[in-house]
Amino acid sequence: MYFKNISLKYKIPLRVAALVIVTAFVLASTMVYRDIKELRNHTVAHAFRMGGAMSDTVVAPMLHDDVWRTFEIINTPFRTPQHPVPDQSAADQGAEYILILDTANKVYVSTQPDRFPMQSNPAIAEPLFAEVLKKLPELRDLHPAVVESTTSDDLFLLTPIHSGGVMIGTLVMTYSKTPFTAHLYSLAWEAILITLLVLAVLLPLSLYWGQRMAAPLLQLSAAMNKITPNLPESSDIVLDESNDEIGQLGKAFKSMLVELKEKEHLQQQVIASDRLAAIGRLAAGVAHEINNPLGGMLNAISTYKRHGGQDPLTLKTISILERGLLQIKDTVAALLVEAKAKARYFDQNDVNDICTLVQPDIQAKHVNFLLQNNITEALSVPSTLARQVIINLLLNAIHATQQHGHVRLHIHRDGNNLLIDVSNDGSYIPKDMISYLFEPFTSLNEKGSGLGLWVIYQIVQQLGGLITVQSEPGETQFIVQLPLQEQHE
Amino acid sequence: MARVWLSLLLLVMLPVSSTWAGQSPVKPQIRVGLMPIFVDDQAAFINSWHDYLERHLGRPVTFVQRGSYREIVDMLRDGKLDFAWLCGYPYVRNKAYLRLVAVPLYKGKPLYRSYLIVPSSDKQTKSLKEMRGKIFAFSDPDSNSGYLYPEYLLTTEGEKSFTFFDRTFYTWSHRKVIEAVAIGLAQGGAVDGYIWDTLAQSHPELTSQTRILLKSPELGFPPIVASVAARNEAVTAMQQMLLGMARDQDGSRLLKELNLDGFVRGDRHLYDEIDRMSQFVEKSRMNVLQKH
Repeated sequence: MYFKNISLKYKIPLRVAALVIVTAFVLASTMVYRDIKELRNHTVAHAFRMGGAMSDTVVAPMLHDDVWRTFEIINTPFRTPQHPVPDQSAADQGAEYILILDTANKVYVSTQPDRFPMQSNPAIAEPLFAEVLKKLPELRDLHPAVVESTTSDDLFLLTPIHSGGVMIGTLVMTYSKTPFTAHLYSLAWEAILITLLVLAVLLPLSLYWGQRMAAPLLQLSAAMNKITPNLPESSDIVLDESNDEIGQLGKAFKSMLVELKEKEHLQQQVIASDRLAAIGRLAAGVAHEINNPLGGMLNAISTYKRHGGQDPLTLKTISILERGLLQIKDTVAALLVEAKAKARYFDQNDVNDICTLVQPDIQAKHVNFLLQNNITEALSVPSTLARQVIINLLLNAIHATQQHGHVRLHIHRDGNNLLIDVSNDGSYIPKDMISYLFEPFTSLNEKGSGLGLWVIYQIVQQLGGLITVQSEPGETQFIVQLPLQEQHE
Repeated sequence: MARVWLSLLLLVMLPVSSTWAGQSPVKPQIRVGLMPIFVDDQAAFINSWHDYLERHLGRPVTFVQRGSYREIVDMLRDGKLDFAWLCGYPYVRNKAYLRLVAVPLYKGKPLYRSYLIVPSSDKQTKSLKEMRGKIFAFSDPDSNSGYLYPEYLLTTEGEKSFTFFDRTFYTWSHRKVIEAVAIGLAQGGAVDGYIWDTLAQSHPELTSQTRILLKSPELGFPPIVASVAARNEAVTAMQQMLLGMARDQDGSRLLKELNLDGFVRGDRHLYDEIDRMSQFVEKSRMNVLQKH
């Protein structure tokens, strides 16, 4: 469980190390096993040759009962030229000791006379011989044999000594497996050293690989952590580009982020338009409710003015009431935008009218006005409403821009839509304002009533169109898209 | 490092056939037979000896080597050899065929002893009697120090080596008796005391593994003998050369390597004690045979 929580930076080196160790272990075991087997075979083969040569050579001295000569022959492998006294320690891979048994299986002579005196039973000095002696009858066919002790590591090579087919004794060469064990240890030690060496080289490499592999993942996870509370901008997410799995993951993450942003944007739009619709319904409801008594009150005032008394104070009061009520009526009328279905279609003349109407404001501020009109024929959009929208947008734009600023109007047809594009280079609309921009009484300046954009929005909504705004320093652009109505007579 | 071998040095001279001698103005060739000797660099020593002999005898010399005394004695008796450095035991047994040429001087005397040795690890054994049932190494069945003396001791006790000991064997060399005892192959051995003492100087690590159990009385040192077939002229030349060895530089050096002081003319009575022991043992054997 703990391993799961380790960073890839360390997991990869650890796995590499584990792999190296397992590989080294398997390889080393195989090679050591082979080597030991080969060494054993080599030793046995060598022993067979030496045993064969020795058993032939000792025949003559043994027939003459020349113990000393026999001893000298079997002691040859143990003699070191430096010392006149036979060195009793076994040479590497050589026999540990050699002895010759007579036909009664007593020691005829041995290279370790202290341990195996002449004419003694070898099993007394070395209990292993009890086992070896049991095998002796099998040697009667005059072939050498290897006896491996079941209880110890020793190896016995038995070579019959015969003269003219008659057994006169048995040459026993004893090999300890200690050299094998020592060899095994030295091989194992070498294998460990080499493994450590390989690890010393591979570990830093795999550490580096681990870093390389973990870095993009860490980058990705850091980027993912940025999602809350606000979706980050794509430009804030730095991911290494690549086509491997991690790279694909990064790409998938980026595209997911884009989709999330779109969805968020859409959601915000839906929320805004829902709110506007609710406000619209509320405003319309309130306006209707107010309009009925308002009409009554205005009628009453009108009747009173015509038929009532002439008391100046009363008349002044009535007049104040009438002005107030008329202001309410105007406001309510503004709130209660209603598209008049019966209207003529929008055409070139309307554009000219609009230009004429806004001319005084343009001149007052010395605004550079640019008109791009691509309309040549009448388009089936109610002209009154379209004019109201365009004039309102233009006046807003002229208001927003500075002296000698720029305002651009672009009217054109795009498929089945009339597109009205108004832009200016005045102060831009802050982001947090955009959401509330089309709500009533949202004013960008002190002078306005805050109903201009509301009216535009209501008109556009009622005509089934769309209005979008983009505002950034240097340019604020309103695009209104009004669908052409079906031609019906 | 050269091996050291125990030994008896045999000088053998063989007169060249008359036909060959007649055709050549040089003196007859001498063939010198040798057995391994105990100095470290044996080959170099033999070459030195060879050169020394040729130079001082003024004739070609050839060495002949054999592995046992018996073969040398047989060659002497057959007249194939003129001279040999022989043990006192075969000398007294073949007195009729041999002439005494010279006797080496060891520590100023023409005498030496036989040593009975046991492994140094054996601290208990104090006498030959305690050796019963053990394994014993002799050097050569024709050696005085390496066989006759212990056999004689046992015979005086009414014993025979081949029944007294559990097992006996010959190593055919004094030095190898010491080796056999040192490594424990034999539990006792009979050895030439002169050779043991000499090896104790040059190879103490070998002799220190053995312990001298007992020493024989002084006996006649192995002599240089000539066969009856040897020409008087050659015998005289050999005798003169040997007696003069200690007086020249090369001879002294060779004698030093042999750990000897020189040669004397000697007297056959030097070997009377060996003769007595030999006859005693022989008689005892005859008695045993007669009993059977």
